[in-house]
Order: sequence, then structure tokens, then C-alpha cells
Amino acid sequence: MVTLIIDNKTVTVPKGTTILEAAKEVDIHIPSLCYLKEINEVASCRVCCVEVEGINKLAAACNTPVEEGMVIRTNTQRVRLARKTNLELILSQHTDHCVSCVRSGNCSLQKLANDMNLYDLPYPKAITKRPWDWHLPIIRINSKCIKCLRCINICEKIQSLGVWEMAGTGTHAIVRVKGGLKMNEVNCAYCGQCITHCPVGALRERDDTEQVFAALADPSKTVVFQVAPAVRAAWGDGLGLPPEEATEKRMAAAIRALGADYVFDTNFSADLTIMEEGSEFIQRMTHPGESPMPMFTSCCPGWVRFLKLEYPELVPHLSTAKSPQQMFGAVTKSYFAEKIGVDPKDIYCVSIMPCTAKKYESNVPEVNDASDKDVDMVLTTRELDRMLRSLHVNVKNLPEEEFDSPLGEGTGAAVIFGATGGVMEAALRSAHFLLTGQNPDPDAFQEVRGSKGWREATFDINRTTVRLAVASGLSNARDLVEAIRHGQAKYDFVEVMACPGGCAGGGGQPFRDGQELAEERGARLYDLDAANPVRFSHENTQVHKLYADYLEQPLGHKSHHLLHTDQTKWTL
Amino acid sequence: MSRLKFTREDQAQRILDDLYANLGRRIAAAPRGNCPVELTRAFLTLSLAQSCGKCIPCRIGLDRLSALLNSLLDGTGTEEDLQTVLRTAQTIADSADCAIGYEAAQMVLDGFQAFQDDYLAHATQGSCTANFTSVPCVDLCPAHVDIPGYIALTGEGRCADAVRLIRKDNPFPSVCALVCEHPCESHCRRTVVDAPLNIRSIKRYAMDNAGDVPAPTCAPATGKKVAIVGGGPSGLTAAYFLSLMGHKCTVFDKNPKLGGMLRYGIPAYRLPGDYLERDINTILSTGVEVHSNCAIGRDVTLEQLRQDYDSVYLAIGASTHKNLGIPGEDATGVLSAIQLLEATIRKENPDFTGKRVVVVGGGNVAMDASRTAIRLGASSVTCVYRRRIADMTALPEEIEGALAEGVEVESLKAPVRVETDENGQVVGLVVQPQIIGKVMGGRPSPSKADKPEELIPCDIILMAVGQAVDSGDFAQSGVPTKRDNIVTLSDSSVPGVAGVFSGGDGVSGPATVILAIAAGKVAAANIDNYLGFHHEISADVEVPAASFRLTNACGRVDPTERPSHERKTDFALMEHCMSQQEAVQECSRCLRCDHYGYAGFRGGREEKW
Repeated sequence: MVTLIIDNKTVTVPKGTTILEAAKEVDIHIPSLCYLKEINEVASCRVCCVEVEGINKLAAACNTPVEEGMVIRTNTQRVRLARKTNLELILSQHTDHCVSCVRSGNCSLQKLANDMNLYDLPYPKAITKRPWDWHLPIIRINSKCIKCLRCINICEKIQSLGVWEMAGTGTHAIVRVKGGLKMNEVNCAYCGQCITHCPVGALRERDDTEQVFAALADPSKTVVFQVAPAVRAAWGDGLGLPPEEATEKRMAAAIRALGADYVFDTNFSADLTIMEEGSEFIQRMTHPGESPMPMFTSCCPGWVRFLKLEYPELVPHLSTAKSPQQMFGAVTKSYFAEKIGVDPKDIYCVSIMPCTAKKYESNVPEVNDASDKDVDMVLTTRELDRMLRSLHVNVKNLPEEEFDSPLGEGTGAAVIFGATGGVMEAALRSAHFLLTGQNPDPDAFQEVRGSKGWREATFDINRTTVRLAVASGLSNARDLVEAIRHGQAKYDFVEVMACPGGCAGGGGQPFRDGQELAEERGARLYDLDAANPVRFSHENTQVHKLYADYLEQPLGHKSHHLLHTDQTKWTL
Repeated sequence: MSRLKFTREDQAQRILDDLYANLGRRIAAAPRGNCPVELTRAFLTLSLAQSCGKCIPCRIGLDRLSALLNSLLDGTGTEEDLQTVLRTAQTIADSADCAIGYEAAQMVLDGFQAFQDDYLAHATQGSCTANFTSVPCVDLCPAHVDIPGYIALTGEGRCADAVRLIRKDNPFPSVCALVCEHPCESHCRRTVVDAPLNIRSIKRYAMDNAGDVPAPTCAPATGKKVAIVGGGPSGLTAAYFLSLMGHKCTVFDKNPKLGGMLRYGIPAYRLPGDYLERDINTILSTGVEVHSNCAIGRDVTLEQLRQDYDSVYLAIGASTHKNLGIPGEDATGVLSAIQLLEATIRKENPDFTGKRVVVVGGGNVAMDASRTAIRLGASSVTCVYRRRIADMTALPEEIEGALAEGVEVESLKAPVRVETDENGQVVGLVVQPQIIGKVMGGRPSPSKADKPEELIPCDIILMAVGQAVDSGDFAQSGVPTKRDNIVTLSDSSVPGVAGVFSGGDGVSGPATVILAIAAGKVAAANIDNYLGFHHEISADVEVPAASFRLTNACGRVDPTERPSHERKTDFALMEHCMSQQEAVQECSRCLRCDHYGYAGFRGGREEKW
């Protein structure tokens, strides 16, 4: 342990603690900008600098370890001026059109500049603009980039992809896609973790809200919304609504307030996914040698892209089941269109997702089988919030409403799709039923829950041993895949989500700088599961009806056409 | 008004001169990997600041060039702009009135030639990929020794840990403490503040104060056997690391004792035998087997080694001396410098008492031979060199030391022939005075001056004009060679001869000890892979966290030497070790580039290889 004095307060912390973390212990807040604990401790912004007695330079609090007897002052005139000047310098290279920036109000630089009382900027602007392909799901605006280097490190350390790099040196140093290539020319998974860890508005999703507004205003269109499980755990965050008020039913009401004709739930197609993917898994288990094992889940397009880009030889391990989003689109433009007697061309299917990769997925021809475009537009949770704000929907006072029928029914098993391990748990619940004819205790498989990046479990179902693994975050996924490739790990079924913590921590979710919210959002989803009277996908009555009226049976002919894809034909 | 005025340098000019000196140090310590376009633009700006403004090409041209480079830097420049850059630079180079203009433009043209890919990347992709290096000293050390790490350890008095950390990359810390040419110091960032750290002397302090530091334990035996031909620094480095990896290594050396040029080519006053023994003993303690007095081709063939071992590393060095090819070179009294050095190591000292000695050459071996001749009692030692002292390849401190011990340097004198008496005994060396002239390949070259030949009377001539690789036997066994040097790929494998690797002076020609060590390290890693393994070498040493550093300018501690009148009479080590007080201060000058600066982003430490 090391004892030191910060602003006249004595603090004792473990050896190796940084000044910044030590200060937190005694409730002293040292401002920071580039700092991201354990991921980006590069000390580039020099905003966290502090004065250390006996030292002639200011020290970066974020990556300077404490020393015994240190005397630190965090708020002297010298420190304040250095912070202010460094911020002014950052602003001289930053397009600060805050009023028209997607991050206005949730921008670390904006907050810091306001906090530091910066109003008259002394430096002429020197903005560097770089071209970008605005069709990509992820948008980078170089003129707003403050070169904190977080995106580089998050992509490298957490996602093991290294899509971003620092190029050039000196004042012309920029962050760009590696090799100066376009994002769709490199191994980007489109997970969006770079967006949720950008302190400013240099990275964002492609904004598709105007097209959705246009569809809503078009009387010839029947606009059908689906909302992914994880969205309900986070949608209130972008609207200042506390979790207890940001309920599922209030969310349904809010979307209806946008003008949606039908407010459905991706939970419905999550249950449908379990029927298809669960059946496929049992098929693979009971017919050894026919398909490669272990089977990999296929609902996360970030993970699917990762596998196709990094380990193309393992693609046959992916389940052929489409993601719940695309299953939903396919059912909407076939079964549901037929049911309401509307030409599928006149249905506009909007999907609200916690995800940026879903924007990519909806355009893949191999997962569009009921029409040219089964899901017309994918919006992130953040875009949903922005639509609600732009229509001035007073969500706080909206009475709760139900989802519409038939595609609005979802079970507890479906809602946990939004948390890491959830797909696996939901599949196990139904696999148990399919193999034994009996429901297990719905919480029998909770061993697969948790926040560890790579977890494993073994269950005995009907005298068959099933070996499972769950990973979230692509760096963990890579470790897991490598272990499988080298024969160091043997599994039957593997669930992977590209984002740490699963969709709850998705790259399309509202976020707060410096906070990892996946775990608490995941916990909300498990609460919703526990509170749902129906906790088995195979007990979703509308899914039953869909099979009875239209699809016939899981893995049947129609299912095969609408709900599955040939993973080997879907190339990048 | 007075007709003439005597002006004194004023205060302002002195400050400006200081700034220039500061800038010079900064340029000398330039980090590697900066964007070349950015640097060229910066140099253009500086050149423009020196322009008087009279002429168009310099006054406007340099500025427009700078603007064009700016557009390339901010990503708006095009390939067409590149052509304009070239045309403009060529025009300035051709038509500027004075060197301030045309040399600046030539710099742009030369830079463009060297960095065409980077320029093109700017024109097509907006930037070049930064290849900035975090830690200059580690980057420039061929063996990539963790220098900031061992300096921090030494500064805390943890000398044994410092030695362990050095040995992770270099099993010759004791040797390098005395004779490394320290390329690590050449771009030390501390130079920007005052002067580079004295890295080699810090290592010496650590070595002298570490006590006995045993080698780490070896990995479990793999059952693989590696033959190493040559027991010099490169061969022994490979043997050390391969042994640590669990492979059984056998070193074959033609000499009775190990060490190669370290033992037989460096005089004891620079590298005493016990320093060399210390490293060799540690290396052998890992279980290396030695066959000394065993020459390949004579006692054993390469084919046999290839049959009996799973892999062979050829580290044959460059120990045969070269001749000048002048008449009389075979006269009695003409010796090769290397042979003289070898003889003194074997304690077979020739008696030079009262003899006039001439040494031919300007490299470190020439200095070693000159200073050895002094110690052998020569009445005079004259070093004859055909270029200037400034052009000598010997380290400046070696030249300085030799001069202090009484060695005369006859520069700009090219040997023509050896004069002999009727018995074939040397009586002098005839030399042709030279004039220094055109810069060719970066070095001013000498040519015949309009002066008559001179005779330098002498009794002994020591030839120190370079060494060669004796690779004949290996070439016969199918090892490819080029001008006697063994040819290898970048992984040090010998193309066309499976399982055979090579490195060190035998591949590069005569070079430095640290380059030979680096080659041995590279070979060890690749031989390990070749044998089907991926062992990792690491040091179980925790480097102290970067602490606040002494950033105010502070002089560099240089080690002192025994006074020249005393040291020139014996072969005892001439350099003193730093005191503890000096070592602590010198270590505290380290700016810890392994933590501060770019290392904060890209890391400053390879913990294993």
C-alpha cells in the first residue's frame, strides 16, 4: 500500500494505483478526456494533469502511479490554466458545431469545455477534413476527432480487430481505417464499440431516421416496428427516463406515438429462432458427422461477420438460422402480410436494434427471402430516442400500452436474448423440452449467465452430455475459436455476441462516457424474464399459431425457405 | 565615422546560436518513423527562415513547396500536386542563386527519391502509415535489450535484476559493458535536453555490482541437438538461448578457447579476460557442450554435422586479415594487426622495445594495434591513414585514447610500398600524400595530391586494413557465399541448405559485437521454430514503474580512465567504473521512453520473444 496526500486529504491505495484512481477514493474528481480505464491510458489529452510537489512538470493523473509520500494538488492556478489551454487547443482542431452534433448533451468535450468556463477561444481553427463513405453503418467525422485514440484501443484490445490506426505524425496525425482503406475493405465487424467509446461526435451510426419518418408519413405504407430485446433495457437512457419508468409497455406506447401501424416485438422472432435453431441443434447432436460441431449461434451479425472475415473455414459451424431480426422481417412480409391482406411491398418494416451491424445485415441478399427487403430499415436504440425527441413525445407521461398481436408476443426466454448467455439459456430450456417432453426448471441453466468474457458449462439432458460455451466481446471470441481450432476446447454448442455483455452493451445503445452499462441492463432483462409468466420459447402461443397456420414445423420446407440461410453463400 | 569596426558577438546572437545548437541536438536525436513529408516540410520552413528574400526561387518557391506539402499532409493534395512538387523543387535546385535555396530544394528531391511510397500514400490516401517507434534506445539496439528497464533497476540498486533483464536479449552483458559500440545512445531522447545517457557505462556499473547472477533454468529437454560452428559472440548467443529452450547445443571452435574475436581481437586493456570469462561461464552453465581446437573441414565436415544434428548454426566470424597488395608486404617485420593482438592474448608478447612501429589503417583494430604496440615498448608508433582523422571509422574515444598515449597519426598518406634492406627486413613505408576531395557514397574520398612520395622510416609495420570471412570449406559444402560472406535469408536460414542457419560477421563481414549477438538471438528463435517449437524467452524481473524524472539539463557522466602515462605500460583495464553516486545520477537522467510519450499508446516493452 502507498500513502499520499491529494489536496490535503490523506489516501492509502494499493501500489500501482494511478493518481486519478487514488483521487476518486477521497472523492476528488480529476477531469479526463482520453482516459478509459485499463483500455486507453495513453495520457494524450493532458486534461488530467496535476501538480506534484517537488516535480517541475505537471503529471498526467491517468497513467502516473502513486508514490509513497507524494503531495498532489489537483486544482492550482497552474493546473487550471494548463487544462484550459489544452482544451482550447483541442477545440482549435475540433469542429464544434455542437447544436448540430448527435452527441450534443452527451459529449465529454462539450461538458468539460463548459465546466472549464471556455467561451472566448484564442486560437484560429485548423480543421482537417477527410472523406468518408456515408453509406457505411458507421460514420467517422474526422473534423470532430480529438485523437484520444480510444477507438484504436477498444477495437484492438476488446475486439481484437484493429480496424483503426494512427497515421501521419505531428500535427497531421490522424485516426483512420488501417492502411487508408475503406471500412468495408477491412475486417470490421460493424459492432459499433468504437462509437460507444468515442468521447465526442467523431463516430456515430448512419442516421436513417428521416427515411422512417418519410415512411410513417406515407399513407400507402403500413409501418411495422419490431423492437429487439435489449432495447427495452436501455431506451430510457437517451431520454432521461429512469429505468423504473422506461418500461417495455411505455416503450410500446412511445413507438405507437411515432405513428407506427403495428408495434411488434423481436422477442416473438427470438422465440421463433429458438424453435428453429434449437431444432437444428438437436438435429446436429443426434446426427453426428453430418454437420460440423460445435454449432455456433448466428443471431449476432457482428460475430457472423467476424467469423466470415477471420475464420472463413469455420463458417459451416454457424447455425443456418437467420437472426431474429431477419426472421421477423420474413414472417412480416409473408405470413403477416397475408393475414392482414396487404401487399408486402406496401409494408415498411422498421427494426429497432441495440446494434450497428444490423444495419449491414438487413442489406445482405442471402437473408432477404420473403421480399427484396424483409427489414426495410434498421434504427439503433439511439435513433429511436432521437425520433421520439424530435417529435417531442412526452414519454414520461405516456400510459403503458401492450404490443400488438400477433407478432408482439414474447416469452421470458426471448427477452434474455439481449444479454450474453441468453440465447444459449433459452435454447437449453426448449431443447430440454424437445428431448424429454418435459419443461425443466426455467432457471436450471443459469450457470451460463455472468459477465466473464468466456464461460463454459456442461449439462446432462436426457442422458446426453451437452458441452457449452458462451463468449462476448470479439477478443474473447477469438480466444475461444483458437482454442477450438487447436483442439484445446471441445464443445457442442457455442454462443457468441460481438459486444461485451451481449446486445445489452451493444454498439447501438445509448451510452454514458466511461460507464460500462451492459451488466446492469442485462440484469434488467433477467428481471423481465423472471417476471414473465411464460418462460419457454416453445410455449409462445403465437409462434405455435404461426407453425399451425403457415410454417407447419420447425426445419420444415417453408421454414427452410424463410427462416434459414446458406451461410456459405453469404459472403462479404 | 571609423573606417573599420570591431564587432563583438551580442547577447541576441548568442541566444540564437544556442537555439541552433539545441536544434542540432534535436535533429541528431530525431525519433525514427516520423512522416518524411512532415519532416521535409519542417526543414523547408526552417530553410525559408534563412532565406534573405532576394531571389524568386528561394523566396517564393520554398514557400509554395511548403504549401504543396501541407496540402499533401492535410489530405487534400493530389498526384498532380506531387508532379508540381517535383517540378518546383527541380527549378529551385537549378535556378536559386545561393545554397540556402538550392540545397533546400535538393533536400526535397532527395527525400522524394527515398520516400516515394510515403509521398504517394499522401496523394492517394491522405496520410502515410505512421511507423513511429516508442523507445529509441531499444529500437536502435540490434538485440533490442530492454534498456530503460535495466537503467531503472540499476538506479534502484537492483543490479542483479538488471543483469537478468539484459540477459533476456543479450548473454554478453559483461562484454558489452566494456566494448559495445552503443548504437542505443545515438538517438537517445535525452539528447534533446542535454546529452544522451551513458548507457554502456550504466551497464558496466550494474555488472560490476551485481555479484554472481546465475543463468535461468532451462526448459525441459526437447531431445533436439544443435551444432554451432564458431564460439564467438554470435555462436555463443545462439547456444545460450537454444539451451534455455531445452535444445542440446554443441559448439565447435577452431581455437583452444571460446570467445572468437572478443578473446583474440580485443586487447585486454579494453576487455580483460575475466569479464569475458564471466559471460562465457554463464552461457556454458546452461549445459552447452564445447569442442575446441576443432576446425570444420579439417576435423569434422559440415555434412557430418548436418547428419548428426537437427540443425546447424554457422557463426564463423571474419577473422582472417586482409592484405593491401603493395610491394614488399611480405617483408620481415610486416605483421597483421590481428595476429599481433592474438599473440598478446596468448601472452606471446613480441618485444617492440626501441622499435619504430607503423600501423596502417583507421579502424578500431588499427587503434588497438597502435596502443598495443605502445604497451609492447615501441619507441614510436605512427598510424598511417589515407583519409583524414575525421574520416576514421574507429570510435572517437579510441582515437583520442591512442593520441593521448603517444600514437602519431599521419593522415592523408596512402601506403605505396614497403622499403626493405638487403636482408628483406623492413626499413620504412613509402607513402603518397593525398588530397581529400569529392564526397562519394556519403564519404569524402581521397586522391593523389600534387606532392612527392615520402618515406616513413620504421622497423615494424602492422597491417590493420580489414578482415575477411574464411568461408571456402563451407562454400564447397554447398553453402552459398557472396564475396566470401555467407548468404542468408532474413530469418538467418541458409537458402538451399535445409536446417542450416548462419549469422554474425561470417554473414555481414566484420561488424560490431552487438550485431553478432543480435544475429545469434534471431537465429535461436528461428532454429527453435525450425525444430517445431515456440519457446518464449523472458526475464522474471519486474521493472520499476516510471517515476518522475530529472528533466532539468544535467551533464552526462563519462567514465574516467587511468592516466595515459600509467596505463600505456601495461594491459590492465584502463577504464574506471562509475561510482554509485554517478550511476544513480546518470540513471535518473533517463526520460523513461518506455512509459512517457508514444509508449503510453503503443507500449514500451516486449516482455518476451
